[in-house]
Amino acid sequence: MPSPEDIKRRIEAAIPGAHAEVEDYTGGGDHFRATVTAVAFEGLSRIEQHRLVYEVFGGEIGGAIHALSLRTQAPVKIQSH
Amino acid sequence: MPTSQSNPIRDAITEAIGGHRVILFMKGTPEAPACGFSARTVAALQALDAPFAAVDVLPDPRIRQELSAISNWPTVPQLFVNGELVGGCDIVTEMYESGELAQALQ
Repeated sequence: MPSPEDIKRRIEAAIPGAHAEVEDYTGGGDHFRATVTAVAFEGLSRIEQHRLVYEVFGGEIGGAIHALSLRTQAPVKIQSH
Repeated sequence: MPTSQSNPIRDAITEAIGGHRVILFMKGTPEAPACGFSARTVAALQALDAPFAAVDVLPDPRIRQELSAISNWPTVPQLFVNGELVGGCDIVTEMYESGELAQALQ
């Protein structure tokens, strides 16, 4: 059974510049919630951002990992005026 | 590779997506969702009084397989607007909270 640390490590290893916070929100080792910030997300729609994360796990989503709830974002960019 | 045979389930899903402006593929029905994620997605649509079509993926596992193959999205629920995947529960909830969902459904 994957741990939140496993999930975090795999996301960060697979997506350039990613930082992930992962929690197991049922304690059962199969429902995870992840917040992922990554430079690689810049310019991508939410759908595309989530797909990048789902692709890390392939067929495990819906299998060993019953649910992986996601919140994704590109790093905050501050605009100067 | 064998040539693709007719695939009635895939065809029916494609037709359903093309034939309804707003359509939700979910576990269970809007009246009786069978999964918390589907329930939350339905609740967001209903909170906006948005009319939507719904397809229960549970009666046949092939519905879910074919749907994911079409949409390149591994999980259910999946919301489509104007033939395009908007997202699953996380994205729909985020868009509901930000007001983007109301805009997308106008």
